[in-house]
Amino acid sequence: MAATVPDFQAERSSYRNSNKIQERVLAGVTHLILIVGALTMIIPFLWMISTSLKDFGQVFMIPPSWIPNPVQWSNYPDSLNALPFARAYWNSTYIAVVVVASQLLTCSMAGYAFARIQFPFRNQLFIIFLATLMIPQQVTIIPTFIIMRNLGLVDNHLSLILPSALFSAFGVFLLRQFIMGLPLELEESATLDGANKLRIYWQIVLPLIKAPLAALAIFSFLGQWNNLFTANIFLSSPDNYTVPLLLNQFKGLYITDWTLMMAAATIAVIPVLIVYIIGQRWIIEGVALTGLKR
Amino acid sequence: MVTTVVPNSEEKPSLPAASSSWRLLGSARSRSTALWGLFFVGPQLLGLLVFSLIPVIWAMVLSFMEWGGMGARTFVGLENYRDTFANEDFRAAFWHTVQFTAISVPGSVVASLLIAMLVNNVRFKTIYRVIFFLPTVTSSVAISLVWLWALNGDFGLVNTYLREWFNADPPNWLIERDLVVPIIALVSVWSSLGFNMIIFLAGLQGISPTYHEAAQIDGASRWRQFFNITLPLLSPTIFFVTIISLIGAFQVFDLVYVMTNGGPGNASSTMVYYIYRTAFMDFRFGQSAAIAMVLFVIIMLVTLVQFWGQRRWVHYDD
Repeated sequence: MAATVPDFQAERSSYRNSNKIQERVLAGVTHLILIVGALTMIIPFLWMISTSLKDFGQVFMIPPSWIPNPVQWSNYPDSLNALPFARAYWNSTYIAVVVVASQLLTCSMAGYAFARIQFPFRNQLFIIFLATLMIPQQVTIIPTFIIMRNLGLVDNHLSLILPSALFSAFGVFLLRQFIMGLPLELEESATLDGANKLRIYWQIVLPLIKAPLAALAIFSFLGQWNNLFTANIFLSSPDNYTVPLLLNQFKGLYITDWTLMMAAATIAVIPVLIVYIIGQRWIIEGVALTGLKR
Repeated sequence: MVTTVVPNSEEKPSLPAASSSWRLLGSARSRSTALWGLFFVGPQLLGLLVFSLIPVIWAMVLSFMEWGGMGARTFVGLENYRDTFANEDFRAAFWHTVQFTAISVPGSVVASLLIAMLVNNVRFKTIYRVIFFLPTVTSSVAISLVWLWALNGDFGLVNTYLREWFNADPPNWLIERDLVVPIIALVSVWSSLGFNMIIFLAGLQGISPTYHEAAQIDGASRWRQFFNITLPLLSPTIFFVTIISLIGAFQVFDLVYVMTNGGPGNASSTMVYYIYRTAFMDFRFGQSAAIAMVLFVIIMLVTLVQFWGQRRWVHYDD
């Protein structure tokens, strides 16, 4: 009897140990797969930066060297001078900021109306908004182009700003969903205190939907910043170009000069990556939030 | 987008909506409500009209016309549509789009789900999240340029190491007619992985741990837990990601435009690329509008089929 008890305990602890080992092996395999995946994501970027710092001869070395020697810093001023990059950065930034700011305002207003104001034909109108989510951009682009031409706005940033600033069915839908989820009590007591709809919207609703507003801001900023399709159609003079457009132009001009091209790509990518790494938590959570409310 | 297609569940179902809307216009109070509504919806309503509804109707009308962007428009009936379906270039573009979708959508959904599962319960989760999400914040033009260089036949990263490590004789990927679309699809998987992963992670976080705890007590293996608990509870998220990816895949443009310009020949021309070419390089606006309408119908059909099919496999909690 006395002998069986420690035996039993030993068996249990060895069982626990083997379980622990199993856990560790599993965690090891998981990390192995993830590290391979992560390397696949990072290596193209490292390769981009590495190439951007090489001189022409080093690019064609086999096997390739990852650390440039000597480091060819001059690729950066060279590609900055080749095309108006600073200008394109300014253009992209201000277009994105204006679009995001106006979208936050117009979408939250419409979202508030659809969630809280019983105006005539509200439901019908909301269904129309939802239905437009299915319309691909390519269908509307030709008439939009003609509208812009008639307004004299082709090759003008307003042709990019106006459609996005004034219309985002996705933004309206997203914010309406969140506003509908807010408790009614605050708004009701504000109404009893004599507040009108504008004050309720501005002082009660807006502060309560900061998270979805931030999410929408991130979402539409990324969309604008990376927009190639419409920018390519509407803008024609290099001084008006946005970063993606300029980068594409760069490709056309320097197709064989990989060092300059990778320097240009790095210039286009790095500032955004820095902002991303600083704000990654909010950016990723914002994107997750827009995905959850569907 | 998925669960709440029917708006306003809190509404009284008593009157038909239209007649109650007219009645609402009656009293002074409801007139002020109507004005407030108009005020708040106003800007977006203007945008809806000018940049969506009018253009859609206009595009439909244009698709029955021949027009070079200037001068006279002639009504040609269904000719643009007939031309579209008879056109070799359109058929090629359609086929390439289908091929791209067939590779990139399942590839991205499966890979991102797998990575989300792995990342979900692991140390250094934040670091992995940040890394996989990188391409999402990178401009698609920059991504295209980087891969263009990495896939370069002679000195690109991929081929250099394939030769170095495997003694292989790799092709020049983007110049091979049969390879170019699959390769672009793989680049698309690479770049969309992180975004889908984040949506899946959010979905996984929404699954209450009690299910898995109960299953564990009952001795269910990880495999069974995955198929019998995780997958069904995650199915709304899988559905959402699939729909979004499908719609995006049918509209692929940036990668094609920057990496290959539709080439070699028209071997990587996709529908949107073809729409763009027809309108803004060949200036056949009517023809291009007709192709765009065809794309619209295809996207609508694919979406409807998905929504119809979801009843068989998507599981909602309520």
